[in-house]
Amino acid sequence: MAHGHTVKRYSGLMDWLTTVDHKKIGILYLIAGGFFFLVGGLEAILIRLQLWKPLNDFVSPDTYNELLTMHGTTMIFLAAMPLLFALMNAIVPLQIGARDVAFPFVNALGFWTFFFGGVLLNVSWFAGGAPDAGWTSYVPLATNTYSQNHGVDFYVLGLQIAGIGTLVGGINFLVTIINMRAPGMSFMRMPMFTWTAFITSALILFAFPALTVGLVALMFDRLFSANFFEVSNGGNAVLWEHIFWIFGHPEVYILILPAFGIISEVISTFSRKRLFGYSSMVFATVLIGFLGFMVWAHHMFTAGLGPIANALFSIATMLIAVPTGIKIFNWLFTMWGGSIRFTTANLFAIGFVPTFVMGGVTGVMLAAAPADFQYHDSYFVVAHFHYVIVGGLVLGIFSGLHYWWPKMFGRMLSEGLGKLTFWTFYIGFHMTFFLQHFLGLLGMPRRVYTYQDGLDFNLMNLISTIGAILMGIGTIFFLINIVVTSVKPKNAPADPWEDGRTLEWAIPSPAPEYNFLQTPLVRGYDALWKEKMDGNKGMTPAEPIGPIHMPSPSILPFVMSVGLFITGFGLMYSKYIIAGAGLLITFACMFLRSIFDDHGFHIEPEELKDKGVKA
Amino acid sequence: MSAHSHVDGQLPHEPEKATLEGRNKVLGFWLFLGGETVLFGTLFAAYLALRNQVGDGNPTSQELFDLVLVGVATFILLTSSLTSVFAIQAMHKNQVKSMLIWLAVTVLLGLGFLGLEIYEFVHYVHEGHGFTTSAFSSSFYTLVGFHGGHVAFGVIWITILIFQVLKKGLNVVTAPKIYVAGMYWHFIDVVWVFIFTVVYLMGKVG
Amino acid sequence: MMNRWHVVKRLLPLLAMMSLLLSACGREDLSTLNPQGPVAEQQFGLMKLSISIMVLVVVIVFAIAIYVLIRFRRRPGDNKIPEQVEGNHKLEIIWTVIPLVLLVILGVPTIQTVFGLAKDYSNDENAIQIKVTAHQYWWEFEYPDFGVKTAQEMIIPANTTISIEAKSADVIHSFWIPALAGKIDTNPGGNVNRMFFEANKPGVYYGKCAELCGPSHAYMDFKVKAVDEASFKRWVTAMKAPAQLPADPAIAEKFVNECLTCHAIGDKGGTLYPNLTGMGDRVSVAGFLMNTDDPLYKNEGSVYDNLKRWITDPQEVKPGNHMPKVKLTEQEIDAISKYLSEQKLDY
Repeated sequence: MAHGHTVKRYSGLMDWLTTVDHKKIGILYLIAGGFFFLVGGLEAILIRLQLWKPLNDFVSPDTYNELLTMHGTTMIFLAAMPLLFALMNAIVPLQIGARDVAFPFVNALGFWTFFFGGVLLNVSWFAGGAPDAGWTSYVPLATNTYSQNHGVDFYVLGLQIAGIGTLVGGINFLVTIINMRAPGMSFMRMPMFTWTAFITSALILFAFPALTVGLVALMFDRLFSANFFEVSNGGNAVLWEHIFWIFGHPEVYILILPAFGIISEVISTFSRKRLFGYSSMVFATVLIGFLGFMVWAHHMFTAGLGPIANALFSIATMLIAVPTGIKIFNWLFTMWGGSIRFTTANLFAIGFVPTFVMGGVTGVMLAAAPADFQYHDSYFVVAHFHYVIVGGLVLGIFSGLHYWWPKMFGRMLSEGLGKLTFWTFYIGFHMTFFLQHFLGLLGMPRRVYTYQDGLDFNLMNLISTIGAILMGIGTIFFLINIVVTSVKPKNAPADPWEDGRTLEWAIPSPAPEYNFLQTPLVRGYDALWKEKMDGNKGMTPAEPIGPIHMPSPSILPFVMSVGLFITGFGLMYSKYIIAGAGLLITFACMFLRSIFDDHGFHIEPEELKDKGVKA
Repeated sequence: MSAHSHVDGQLPHEPEKATLEGRNKVLGFWLFLGGETVLFGTLFAAYLALRNQVGDGNPTSQELFDLVLVGVATFILLTSSLTSVFAIQAMHKNQVKSMLIWLAVTVLLGLGFLGLEIYEFVHYVHEGHGFTTSAFSSSFYTLVGFHGGHVAFGVIWITILIFQVLKKGLNVVTAPKIYVAGMYWHFIDVVWVFIFTVVYLMGKVG
Repeated sequence: MMNRWHVVKRLLPLLAMMSLLLSACGREDLSTLNPQGPVAEQQFGLMKLSISIMVLVVVIVFAIAIYVLIRFRRRPGDNKIPEQVEGNHKLEIIWTVIPLVLLVILGVPTIQTVFGLAKDYSNDENAIQIKVTAHQYWWEFEYPDFGVKTAQEMIIPANTTISIEAKSADVIHSFWIPALAGKIDTNPGGNVNRMFFEANKPGVYYGKCAELCGPSHAYMDFKVKAVDEASFKRWVTAMKAPAQLPADPAIAEKFVNECLTCHAIGDKGGTLYPNLTGMGDRVSVAGFLMNTDDPLYKNEGSVYDNLKRWITDPQEVKPGNHMPKVKLTEQEIDAISKYLSEQKLDY
């Protein structure tokens, strides 16, 4: 059966460019997403420096609009999503007891298209101006009548390419979770993080194609003089808002659901207690995902949709509070009666709960359409979504990174530096955004380059700026922590927190290439915890030790993405030969992938035993 | 697990689902088609929102559309869906030659459809209905053109698969590919049924 | 549902506290928390109700969280395994039903207000009809019933319903007077939106553009000036009075050739760009340069100084706006600024 295919195995840079190992792809997502997070964070600091005093002229209004657009776009598409994908890649296959993902090649393709899409978007800074119409890119401001440089072209093409990556990544996770679970790992035994990754992937699948169409329409308008949004030729500006938010609202849940999953895992582990109300948690997750598609027009209450639409979308939006509330109370009651350990990961998770509640309640406030006429597009909204996205998602990511770092890298992050990160970031966060609620209520619109003096806005803006700098310092502490940790010995045990409950803690840290020497047999929810409580040393294997089949590395995903990157450039500057050449590269790779079968290679039992001893 | 060296005749009844890779591929493709449904759904929504924005002096959908031509195109595409079913049936019976013939017929019918569509578009442009004429024309060409692009991709894809099977034979690696290509072909056929109804019939009626 | 009113009663003291806390918050002419008209008051009422409910929720969650964190922290050496609780149906039902009840309490007035604020006054004879057209980066206000058009400053009679028809001449903007009413987007292409509002008493209220519309979005302010009924009538008459050109014929010629090609003053000039009638007693120049005789801040100055600053370099004040640097000598700019600053309406 096992042919001795001598598949070339690369090392060094080539290894990273060709890898199809989900754990390495997770690390790639972490590096790229982390890089873009720093870029987006820098943009945020520049925004806050411009606003620290009234009538400031630290940056020009044009630059300011570029900064706010790129900050939003970068943080949502190039930082938050990839960082979640990093954790999903690194952990989900381990949590379901799988050796690999369903489509390792496609997984690599997803990373590289995201990466080159993000690079394309950021090249705009050096190619005549970044996009400046906001991350929502409302038309007609984003059409070439009003935005004449190439900025928005970079937005359209960069996001289109990055979006392909996200979409195929989502399909990969769906199939992985449906088809690749270990024996006994039924759906209702899956860890909460895997559940949220599953629902998020489903949302990606059904939300991103809408964005694809919107971006295609905007691209056709800008590059080929189509009339989707060209009002003088019958186009419709509100149509863009609908398409964008039909994608955009589910996108918010795409971001927050995995954070819910992380929090569930971390709180449960460090309370040494089973997740309270697991089945209602699953139900709430599914319900949030479902309702997420029904509420997009609450971003458009002031667009003039009429009272019936506004009333319906108000009520639908409020309903989301119910499943979210269920989650909050389930977390609190997971800790109730537990034995809570305040590790850095758990500090972030505990900090998440009240912060997210604050973001959630302002969400319900915003859902009341007539009151939203006052909140809409004011700093109140800015405060609200930062409470949800930073206070929710980013705290969740930090929590997850501290929690799973040993599983990803085999080293424990420093707890001291971790706690320093938490407190600076957390205090900085509330300083930055809490007062922004009031700025909005007192009449300050969002996305303003500056504000008048003498309107009572000065002090709150100053405090907000100081908070933003504190958040920056918190992030720097985290970077220092990474550097300090990376020189320490790789000695994290399999279950470094000692209270690990799920399958990823049953295998060595970092996880070996093949994840599980023997596929485990899952006998209940919290599979590893169950074995521990039954007095077993580890998981019961579901198979004898045998050769393990692995997929071959491939450079094609990288080259395909380079092709798309070239196509993007060609289209933008109307060099259709270049665009065609880029597409040709991509299609040629697809052709090669189709005609040459990937036989993969096998890791033989003897090889495994050597490693097994070491582990 | 081994993905090769099956002798013809030893193939399981549903070779596309014989391996985990095959099952993954089929499931993944179903999901992909789910995403494609949203894609076309959004294109339809944009078209419906803009289809009455014809602009002064430009030809309307009633003046443009020729149901006979579109009817022939529809017939061709529906037939090709049937021939692709025959191909999959032949695959399940392990009749490789018959499968290849039916796939080739499917490709030819797809080419015929594309030829008619190109003829149709050229004709419209002569009538003054260009891509940039109005919001109606832009959304029309985008929706119908996206579908046409999918047909063209399918034609090339199935052609490549025919050559692959000729070279490698039908086995548990090639079978899932043919099966998902068949799924794809049905999908673009269903989309066309909607285009025929929403774009052409409703456009003709007004 | 049975104890719905009970819950409301419990909320009442909280509501009263919130009202005290929030009102008197912020400037009378700008803050949504200090409403000066019935529309903003209704919206503020809903805000108070929702804030009260939400504060209640936040307080409960915080209380449980703090209790849990203190009570159940792991003490050193504590190695016991807590009881593994799967869940509790009674509790789970409670925290599903209570939020639902709270949402009903918030949802009912929300829907009532949605429909209340959607009332159409466009055919109401007692309402003043105003057509608002947003431009990059200024506001045009047309009073079709009076045949008057002005810019940047909307003059309205107090205690009268103002019925707005809003649209945009270019990109999407959003029309917002925080102290009087929430915002409505101005869409391009004949997609007209309606709203209404009313001011309880005379005064000047800040208006803002709330939708990103380009580099000078932040500067796209306007003012709403509420006056009494009689003043409003005098204002309409004054707006229609024939314009007096500058006394110096050379300046007058320059003014007609360089300014009135785009701008109107009284019965003269073009209508494409902001109307200049009565510049002398406007609250601001270009929406953002506040007119005052004792300037404190960078954006304040006398009417004359502000006009001069604006005409000298419009792009410095509002980057990306359509007004070019007009070919005028410094003396001519002085003279035209002086002339405009003296254009005061008697109302």
